[in-house]
Amino acid sequence: MMDNLDSLYREVILDHFQNPRHHGALTEPTVAVDGKNPLCGDEITLQLSVENGVIKDVAWDGKGCAISQASISVLAENVVGKTIIEAKEMINNVKGVMNGSVEVETLDMGDLEALAGVRQFPVRIKCALLGWTTLEEAFKELNI
Amino acid sequence: MSFLLPTNEIRKDFPILDTKVHGKPLVYVDNAATTHKPQVVIDSLVNYYQTLNSNIHRGIHYLSEAATQEYEAVREKVRAFVNARNTCEIIFTRNATEAINLVARSWGETNVKAGDEIVLSQLEHHSNLIPWQMLATKTGATLKFIPVDKEGQLDLSNLDQLITNKTKIVAFTLMSNVLGTMPPADKIIKRAKAVGAVTLCDASQYAAHAKTDVQALDCDFLVFSAHKMCGPTGVGVLYGKEAILNAMPPFLGGGEMISHVEWDKATWNVLPSKFEAGTPNIADVIAFGPALDYLNKIGLDKIHEHEMTLTQRLLDGMAANPNVILFGPKTTENRGGVVSFELDHIHPHDIGTVLDFEGIAIRAGHHCAQPLMSVLGVPATARVSFYFYNTPEEVDMVLRALEKANAYFHRPVKTNTLPQTPKGQVQGVVTK
Repeated sequence: MMDNLDSLYREVILDHFQNPRHHGALTEPTVAVDGKNPLCGDEITLQLSVENGVIKDVAWDGKGCAISQASISVLAENVVGKTIIEAKEMINNVKGVMNGSVEVETLDMGDLEALAGVRQFPVRIKCALLGWTTLEEAFKELNI
Repeated sequence: MSFLLPTNEIRKDFPILDTKVHGKPLVYVDNAATTHKPQVVIDSLVNYYQTLNSNIHRGIHYLSEAATQEYEAVREKVRAFVNARNTCEIIFTRNATEAINLVARSWGETNVKAGDEIVLSQLEHHSNLIPWQMLATKTGATLKFIPVDKEGQLDLSNLDQLITNKTKIVAFTLMSNVLGTMPPADKIIKRAKAVGAVTLCDASQYAAHAKTDVQALDCDFLVFSAHKMCGPTGVGVLYGKEAILNAMPPFLGGGEMISHVEWDKATWNVLPSKFEAGTPNIADVIAFGPALDYLNKIGLDKIHEHEMTLTQRLLDGMAANPNVILFGPKTTENRGGVVSFELDHIHPHDIGTVLDFEGIAIRAGHHCAQPLMSVLGVPATARVSFYFYNTPEEVDMVLRALEKANAYFHRPVKTNTLPQTPKGQVQGVVTK
């Protein structure tokens, strides 16, 4: 029975859900923003440490479903060490994969590929995007 | 408690129950959201459009008169169903929400002033909260809430301090759509009467599952929706005491609600037409008739007993599963067949998705009761809600699926060998 279910909750997703990366708080964040998904009641806080346009560190906290939590964990792992320009491109790619305008095969996304399965579950797309839209808000807050 | 209705026979009346979901038989336990419709209700809808379709209360031709008779016959059925004194005390609306808005706007804006108090309970869903918030904002009145205790029961210990001479209206649910709690309506209404406050009972959940008697309750208003009790969507009922309804101004203006119209003024029609402006939802009101007949045939007392047998079985099964965290009453005393819970460390939406793959329809989320969620200390819950067509076998399927969901999310998975970040403490830059 779990065939289709497994395409939503892939191993990578469950791994990140069970062992969230970068979960916690930074001592001196450059920026901290809250993200909310009123449909699920999910709420997260995302903190970034940014130096010279490069994301040095990320931390997040909050409650939510396996999809939203894993997606934020994957996000955190992937954006650390990236420039903000690179991170913005990543946001666009993830959004593109979710709305079907970008084929996941055309990208080299690493762990992010695991999120592609969410596309078949329209009501869960917002869960998968919560971290990414919150990251966008963080950039807006920094005026970049 | 072991009474059960003959569900094998009953289920034949509900064609949708034969649906397969992801290859599995549908187990529909989201009845607090809406119930299914028996074939007689579906047939009535089709029959109306095939044989009766016309506008009511205005034609002098055969079809119009026939449709008017059918429509008004349902009003009488509703009167009998809730034991109202007069048929004109039954107003048809779109849903219970519109009925509450009607009272908040028409009665509320006429009678509530700055400094007055509106008392609700912490069990209320948005439908019986937002209209009163809007009224309070508009008039400068204050909202007060009867609190919920840890067991999900209303705490009436400070009722006399909550409901005072300043209280103009007390509006509360007869059955919580989240916890299943049935508050002691008699005590609340008695206190409201002692201070001269008007009372509104939200029977959206209650009316479908237990006998409603507005004269025994002695409430001033009572509302419910047809779609939660085997009827079609788009029909709500407002019961109001005749004298109070007569003293209220109209809610919506238009055809049917008038008596005499000039260019610059008009006089209002008598009850119930005064509150039914425009062409009503004729087909759906008429199809609500067979839904009420169907419920009466089975019997509300038996429906409640059947649901309590199922609820007991579910509560027992949940108590035996250490991963289940139950919200609300732990016993079948003073409750309906609505059970909210969560699974340890698993979000209700994830539970909902796994159950959906098992063919099981539950509700997961805040149940349009966000403030109550904050009292419970969770963003959301999973909810099972029964109706008379549910079976003990379905309860067992739900319980098994919950165990499956728990095992599924806690199963060992390969980690990608990163140093794991302890909670509350972030390590340095992690590279892949």
